[in-house]
Amino acid sequence: MRVIEGLYYSKEHEWIKVEAGKAYLGITDYAADALGDIVFIELPEVDSEYEKDEVIGVVESVKAASDLFTPVSGTVIEVNEDLEDEPQLLNTDAFGNYIAIIQLKDESELEELMDSESYKSFCENN
Amino acid sequence: MAQLKRTPLYEEHVKLNAKIVDFAGWEMPIQYKGITPEHLAVRNNCGIFDVSHMGEIFITGKDAEKYLQYLITGDVTKLNEKQIVYTMMCYENGGIVDDLLVYKFSNEKYLLVVNASNVDKDYEWMLKHKANFNVLIENLSQAYGQVALQGPSAQKLLQQFTEFDLGKIKFFYFEEIHIKGINCLVSRTGYTGEDGFEIYTSEADILPIWQTLVSLEAVEPIGLGARDTLRFEASLPLYGNEIGADISPLEAGFGFFVKLDTDFIGKEALLKQKENGLKRKLVGLQLLKKGICRHGYPVYDINENEIGIITTGYLLPNHDNSVALALIDVNQAELDNKVLVKIRNKFYEAQVVSKKFINKKYNK
Repeated sequence: MRVIEGLYYSKEHEWIKVEAGKAYLGITDYAADALGDIVFIELPEVDSEYEKDEVIGVVESVKAASDLFTPVSGTVIEVNEDLEDEPQLLNTDAFGNYIAIIQLKDESELEELMDSESYKSFCENN
Repeated sequence: MAQLKRTPLYEEHVKLNAKIVDFAGWEMPIQYKGITPEHLAVRNNCGIFDVSHMGEIFITGKDAEKYLQYLITGDVTKLNEKQIVYTMMCYENGGIVDDLLVYKFSNEKYLLVVNASNVDKDYEWMLKHKANFNVLIENLSQAYGQVALQGPSAQKLLQQFTEFDLGKIKFFYFEEIHIKGINCLVSRTGYTGEDGFEIYTSEADILPIWQTLVSLEAVEPIGLGARDTLRFEASLPLYGNEIGADISPLEAGFGFFVKLDTDFIGKEALLKQKENGLKRKLVGLQLLKKGICRHGYPVYDINENEIGIITTGYLLPNHDNSVALALIDVNQAELDNKVLVKIRNKFYEAQVVSKKFINKKYNK
């Protein structure tokens, strides 16, 4: 299972890539593998504002629905609509397919997230 | 918490990298490669399931037939030797104790195969109603292992390991034969809507049977995840979902399995229910847009009045929209009627459809 350097990670197994105040949000290989075959995704609405730890969407496998939490506060400025038609892209390449882009409200929230090394050991100890 | 139980095949599941979950007190494989590929393997070719957790209860003795007739909703007197009937046990109020298969060896010997989650409850229920019947009720669940081989290729694949002509085992009949030299009870039954067999043998002998079959390239091991999507797609009920202590067989649409011309526990209540008319009915639903209906989601009429509940729902492989079984107000149960399903506090439009999500391919 891959963990990519240079990204931020949450305990809910999401990754965040930051570019100029914008956060690309996705789920990790670990999450995609734990969910199994992903068959449906409910994306957040563009222009909606979310507080840190709020549910912004849902990822569903055949067996179960899992909430998608945002580990950062901000406004959704874009969603990956490809996932509506091909949610299984998250199984084939979880890191290559972001779910939403969030305009960060408070960049200091990133400091609470894990780096790749801490996330790797977090997964190993889980 | 009580120690989780393991079937004789537990180590095999671990070797196959299965995801293991707690199911009714058993550590069982929920999936190996994934629910979707496993579901399709059974539909297109062949899959093998470890169902050793199921309960096996033997009823023997002079009054075995009479006792069973009183215990179950079906008509056991109509069974031939080596024939099997799918049936139910009801409470006095018409709710369901469990659904089960009854295997007839003779008028004095029957095997009852019951749900793993209900074995202890069923056994107690049977003992409680033994009364003056001259029968011996034995719970031999621990002594038996069971696998199910299901799919269009099942017969061809199993045939190479037995000299008995499997073509002679008709739908819902069984034989006691040798598979790879091992004494087995083999029935043409299953829980997938496909042709196939259920194979019972001793706890010790189930391992070589499993290993022989699972090592065939054409046979995929199938976990409980796909077991549920397969039985759901074939519209077969699951205790705790479509049927249960608070759902009668008539409401669930299984009136065919209730023989009201026989005398059994719960008959009076069911007769009354029939006379007064049913209030609820089990129907098929299809969502009209993307989303997934799941077990327990509430169902509403188009004016947002609650009318029932989803008993099972999925987005199945090869289906564009989510389909479900739902127990709803009989006045809303007409085909094509529009209803609403509440998914995470949002209403999704759905339509009442036939429960026949696929055509079953039994070898009758």
